[in-house]
This record gives sequence, structure tokens and C-alpha cells, in this order.
Amino acid sequence: MAFRRTYVRPMDGWWRRDPFFLRYMAREATSIFVVVYAMILLAGVIRLSQGEAAFGEWLEGVSSPWSVAFHAFLLAVFAYHTWSWFRIMPKTMPPVAVGGRRLAGSTITALGIAAAAVASVAFYLMVRVLA
Amino acid sequence: MPDGRTVEHITIEVLRYDPAGTEGPRTQSWTIPYTHETSVLEALQHIKDHLDGSLTFRWSCRMAICGSCGVMVNGVPHLGCRTFLRDFAPGPVRVEALAHFPIEKDLVVDAEDFVAKLASIKPYIVPKEERRLEEGPYVQPPEELERFESFSHCINCMLCYAACPQYGLDPKFLGPGLTALLHRYNSDSRDGAKDERMELVHSEEGVWSCTAVGYCSEVCPKQVDPANAVNQNKTASALDWFARFLPGRK
Amino acid sequence: MRKRSNQPVFWLLFGAGGMLSALLGAALVFVTGIAAPLGLEPRAAMGYADVLAFSRNWAGKAFLFAVISLFLWHGAHRIYHTLHDLGVRGGLVAKLACYGTAFLGSVFAAEALLKIGF
Repeated sequence: MAFRRTYVRPMDGWWRRDPFFLRYMAREATSIFVVVYAMILLAGVIRLSQGEAAFGEWLEGVSSPWSVAFHAFLLAVFAYHTWSWFRIMPKTMPPVAVGGRRLAGSTITALGIAAAAVASVAFYLMVRVLA
Repeated sequence: MPDGRTVEHITIEVLRYDPAGTEGPRTQSWTIPYTHETSVLEALQHIKDHLDGSLTFRWSCRMAICGSCGVMVNGVPHLGCRTFLRDFAPGPVRVEALAHFPIEKDLVVDAEDFVAKLASIKPYIVPKEERRLEEGPYVQPPEELERFESFSHCINCMLCYAACPQYGLDPKFLGPGLTALLHRYNSDSRDGAKDERMELVHSEEGVWSCTAVGYCSEVCPKQVDPANAVNQNKTASALDWFARFLPGRK
Repeated sequence: MRKRSNQPVFWLLFGAGGMLSALLGAALVFVTGIAAPLGLEPRAAMGYADVLAFSRNWAGKAFLFAVISLFLWHGAHRIYHTLHDLGVRGGLVAKLACYGTAFLGSVFAAEALLKIGF
């Protein structure tokens, strides 16, 4: 065999080299904020178990202008999560046939986002009813 | 925009590498004439035929079916024969060997890992049962074929491996294209080797290295949709992880 | 015999958390973080008595636990893999840090929810 000396290119900064990868990283980064929100709720539940005064402190914190502004940012992140989640969901599914024709990925995505809209409205109405 | 007869010029930058030398890769540029119809492969052939005979690259059919001419064009995996300089005008056009593979020389990559893995997935029908001629042909209705037909279109061009960052980060990953091919055979009603192939799927180097980046399906020249094959198998593998504890399973 | 990966367990938790947060995450953030604090919906003001009554209910407990726990498992799995993408491959240490946090968070949530009583 002829002389061989292969060259392996480094992977450092691979995700910065292509807009597709940047969008992928943005999508994955949403999970950091899913955790952050869960921690906020966890703090609330723990404070709740510690009595009215403790819960009052959590409520005060969550009601501050910084918190509201941060939640506005969280809202945008969760909206992006919903959109990107249902965009990738069709890839995890085997072909779904409706009326003899295969359901397009974009249709499944649209159905998912519609489900999220319905669930959100239902949740909001339930909160109003139960509160 | 030039038409078939007008000749314009464009600069091609190629990442060159000489294994017999002492240096690493370096960029070399040539300015070449091109028309509306000139492909990246033809540009490379022009350079090799008229400007620098040492330029080394793989090619064969010139019509996007052999899978030999995969290269990175401006950082994106393409088949050279099916990628046109007109889409990158005014240039320069940067051509590199397929990403995530070791470079042998210039635009030729070391594909041994891919070829070894190809053999390991048993890319052929292993008959489910002995069948005599008198029993007649297998019957496979169009709806059944439709479920996996796209995965049979793979031409082993490895563009999906060049697109997949998980393969780049960890070459032990089975990878998109071969998982699609594996899935093609698992989905075929005539085949009986699914359990053996699933062993590859269930492993860390199988589907569980995939993080659903999805770039593989974007760059595939044959719309195989390997991302779908891999991620369908994630669901199957996850369900099987629990199903194996059910009574009646080996 | 190739070693089978145990990722399926974490992947299913990731999937459940991802689906729940995709369907209800934005609405939850809006209610708890914007509507209630700003008094946009007086009936959902998250007063102590109301929230306590909600969490004393089995359904309320289950809902809060599901949201907190599944959101944490979702993030843990994704962050573990993103660290790998960024070149941080701590192996067992990374796994313990990520999945361990989700596990502990779930334990604390369960503990608090049970402490609240019925």
C-alpha cells in the first residue's frame, strides 16, 4: 500500500461554523431555561411548605419587576421551545398514513403547535375557574 | 448570470494536503473559466487537466448516483457533480474534503470506518424462512414498500456523516446513512435479521449518540431522511429497553 | 454482545418533560410569572390560601410534581448532551451532575408537596 499519513481536522468551534448548527445550539439552550423555571417553581413549592410568611417572600420575589421582565424572556424561550419541539417531533415518528396518504412532517408540526395552543387556552381557563 | 455560452471566471480555493510532505493542509487557489452549466466536479477536473495535475479527488458517474464525489463547498457537504458554480458566483468557492473524516490527500478522505460499519449492519436480506420456488414470489404491496422505500435510496455518499457533528465528535457512532440502511432491511417483510441489527441500534454507538441535529437529512442528495430512520429507532429502542423484561422475551 | 445503552430511561423522561413543557410551559410561565404578579387575572393571584388549597389536593400535587420533575429531567438530559457537544465529556461526573440534580430536585419537590399535607 502507498505511504499514508492521514490528517484529522479538529472539531473545536464546530457549531459556530454553520447557521444550521447555531440554530441547533439555540434549540438545545432552551433546556437551560426549562430547568431555571422548574427551579423557580420548586423554590415556590418548598417555601409553600414552610408556611405563609415564607411563601409570601417567594411571591414578593416573583412579583418584582426584574422577575416579571425575566418571565417575559422565559415566555419567549418557551414559545421557541414549543415551536422547535414540534418541528423535530415528526422525525421521531414512523410514517403515519391518513386516508391512504402519508402525513407530511409539516402537518404533524402544525397539529402539535395547535395542540399546544389548545392546551394553553384550556389551562388558562381552568386556572380562572379553579382559583 | 452567464448562460450556457457565456464564459465568466471564478476563483476556486481548495484545501490541499500532501501526506508525503511534512506540512499540514494548506489552501491553494486557481481562477478558472466557467459557464452556467459548470459543476464543482468539472471545475476540479479543469484544474487537474490544465492547471495542476497533482490535485487529487474521487469521482465516477458524474450523475449523482455513485456517491464518489462528495466534498465540502463553502462549508456545506455537496456532491461535486451536482453542485453548480453559478450558485456561488461571484465566488470564491472554497472546496474541502468531506468533514469529520481523516484526509488521505487533498479531497480524498479515509472511508475505511464507513466501509467497515457498512459490512457490520448486514446490508442485505437475510431470509426470514426457507422458501421454495414453488411457493411463488414474496408479496409486498406498495403501501408496505412506501414505509421504508426512501431508506433504500442511499448511495453511500457519506454527505450525512460530513454533516453530523456527533460523528465528528465521536467516530464510533454508527451514523445516519448506515442506520437508514439498517432500518431499510429491518423494515423489509422478507428479512429475518432484525434482532442482530438491533444490537447495534441499542448500543451507545447506535442511535443513542444522536441528538437530533437533523442536518444529515438536510444535505442528503437522495432525500433518504436518515434523521427519521435514526430517531424512529430511538423510539423502538426505548420501548424495547422496557419490553425485554416482559415475560415471553428471551 | 454489544453493551446496551441505558440512555432510553433518560430519553423517555426527556421526552415526557419536553412534551409537557412544549404544551404547557409557555402558559405556565405566563400565569405564574406575568399574569399573577401583574394582577392581570385577579382570580389567579397565587395567594397563599389558594395555592395551598391547590397543592393539598392530590391532583394539584401530581400536577406540580409532574411539572417540576419532568422539566428538570428534560433539561438534565439535554444539558448533559450539550456539554458533550461543547467538548465537555466528564462521563460519569457529568452524568451525576446533570441527572443527579434532576433526581434531587424531584426528591425535594416530593418532600415539600407531602409536607404541605392534605
